[in-house]
Amino acid sequence: MNMKKIVALLLAVVMVLGLAACGGKEASSGSKLKIGMVTDTGGVNDQSFNQGAWEGLQRLAEEDPTFEVSYLESKTDADYASNIQTFIDEKYDLIISVGFMLAGATREAAEANPDQKFAIIDDDSNQDLANVACLMFAQEQCSYLVGVIAGTMTKTGTVGYVQGMVSESMNLFGIGFISGVKAANPDATVLQYNANAFGDAAVGSAAATEMFTKGADIIYHAAGGTGNGVINACADNGIYAIGVDYDQSFIAPETVISSAMKRVDNGVQDICKALKDGKFAGGVRKYSLTDGGVDIAPTTTLLTPEALAAVEQAKKDILDGKVTVPTTQDACPDFILK
Amino acid sequence: MDKKKTPLEILASSKFVHTLLSIIIGFAVGALFLVIMGLSVGQAYGKLFQSIFSSIKSISYCIVYATPYIATGLSVAFSFKTGVFNIGAEGQFVVGSMSACVVGILLADLPPFVLIPLCFLAAALAGALWGTIVGILKTRWGINEVLSMIMFNWIAFFLSNYIAGFPAIHSEGNAEATRNISDNARILFSKDFISRMNLCPTANWGILVAIVLTVVVYFIIEKTTLGYELKAVGFNKNAAEYGGINVNRSILTSLAISGALAGIGGALLLLGMGGRISVFSSQEGYGFAGIVVALIGVTNPFGVFAAGLFYGAMTYGGSKLNLVGAPTQVVSIIMGTIVFFIAISSIFSYLKNLKKDKPVTPVKNMDAGKEDDRK
Repeated sequence: MNMKKIVALLLAVVMVLGLAACGGKEASSGSKLKIGMVTDTGGVNDQSFNQGAWEGLQRLAEEDPTFEVSYLESKTDADYASNIQTFIDEKYDLIISVGFMLAGATREAAEANPDQKFAIIDDDSNQDLANVACLMFAQEQCSYLVGVIAGTMTKTGTVGYVQGMVSESMNLFGIGFISGVKAANPDATVLQYNANAFGDAAVGSAAATEMFTKGADIIYHAAGGTGNGVINACADNGIYAIGVDYDQSFIAPETVISSAMKRVDNGVQDICKALKDGKFAGGVRKYSLTDGGVDIAPTTTLLTPEALAAVEQAKKDILDGKVTVPTTQDACPDFILK
Repeated sequence: MDKKKTPLEILASSKFVHTLLSIIIGFAVGALFLVIMGLSVGQAYGKLFQSIFSSIKSISYCIVYATPYIATGLSVAFSFKTGVFNIGAEGQFVVGSMSACVVGILLADLPPFVLIPLCFLAAALAGALWGTIVGILKTRWGINEVLSMIMFNWIAFFLSNYIAGFPAIHSEGNAEATRNISDNARILFSKDFISRMNLCPTANWGILVAIVLTVVVYFIIEKTTLGYELKAVGFNKNAAEYGGINVNRSILTSLAISGALAGIGGALLLLGMGGRISVFSSQEGYGFAGIVVALIGVTNPFGVFAAGLFYGAMTYGGSKLNLVGAPTQVVSIIMGTIVFFIAISSIFSYLKNLKKDKPVTPVKNMDAGKEDDRK
């Protein structure tokens, strides 16, 4: 019977697969250090800090074979806890949670497993736990640098700034940026807007268009997906934009003149090396210009020579301690978002 | 034609076997892609099955993951039975979980035995409302339900993000999410029980709710006048109307029940697993997965229950594929192939009949006989 043949064939396939499946035991890891990374819902190819962290880990594993790295993607908010749990069950040496969205899940897991080491990027709410290293980046410094660029390059004397949410850590972006603008161009006006959303491109676009009508010719955003709207509106109106977190030049190559970059890749490499050297410790680890933790984007084709010179000087001043970028609202009265 | 069917043939013609074959083909196609990518099929599938079956903990994880899928699967299956295609389960799921979330945050101090049913009720009502609006658009103004449902999915999506931004609902910390709902609203097993039985940390009562839903849906469809009417409308609207059934009311009822099921699914996810809702950047797809689950379960409530478990296990096991260097998307390939082959299974039986009928086509034969008689 024809049907019989088909069934027999399929059964054979199943058996072969079954046998193959039995052979699928993982090789024992020996003395390797296993590093597991849990992404937020952006996924590992988000062209933002998930991707940056994973690229950093991959490079680390290539350079130093004692590290074995892998990642788990979270499709929904409910996946964080189970992904972290998977790495705990698989006895990973260090679990890296990418982003403050994982703060709650990381805290629960860290409290339940005090011997398991964790690191979390962009979150300091877990700094009281001895087994969680909080990797923070001096976002006021890279914001200061792009502020210097904006202050130098503006022709109208008016620049714009869109922020995703008002909170102590988000305000650092604005404080740094405005300080940078004022340092380069004391007479410049900085229009400021709190979008109160990280995922709303329409709001970002509306805010940027309004700033354009008020004369802004360069707009910096620290607003995640809302910022994509800012960049697109800048492109539509023929003015410049400045990106955040990573090199956003690819979104609009003729519009994005620079980006305030967090070198998440350097951060995760640093904590992994610390783990290897037995120097892992809980609490905040802050990465700044000094250790290459923050910088401006490598794409600089749209920058004028004066702006490049000014930003190099600003970097040097910060590194030499001549300039200290303010971190509080009191030290930067021009920052008005509440 | 009179030849008796062998047991194998009877088995082969059943829907169950069609589904089973589709699943096998799905795994075979997935394996093919793994081979093309130069990965070890044994290692990837080994990891997949090991992540599902290796311990009580992993099995409990699969069940936890499956619970919301069972609810949305039932929702879609119920609508299929009654001739409406509920592609809006996604939106109903979202409004359901957000309603439960709001109740779980604002009424945090109520005792669990009041708060938990309230959360489920809010979720069911919100889902039912979301389904009914689309139903009214369809029955009043004849707007195609598929179009309005897809739009309502997005309305639900943005509504949920909007509500998540309210100061009373939004997380106090940095997270782009709601606050955690009250512990009184959670349906988790007790910590003691979980550690004693070695279950996963989010093991919860939700699966019992899913079982109850399955039985209730079966009962409504098969054992009640309402179910009979709904099915009649599903088979043939005009005949049903001729038979004295109020078709419009049936469609509304069907969409309301279907929406309520999806809404309860949202509550199951929230109260069981997440405990909070994040600001979505993309649709999470629980409702769309319900369509897959309903198709794999051939729209039979108990089939849907099994299919939901299968889907949940594949989702959970599949998420671990990265650990052996295989892409998690293999699972999507497998599930997609399965749905494809289930959807075209009717073509298989058609082709089979075509082959059989070739030597003597019965219709022609009958006609020929009649002509002979006349002569």
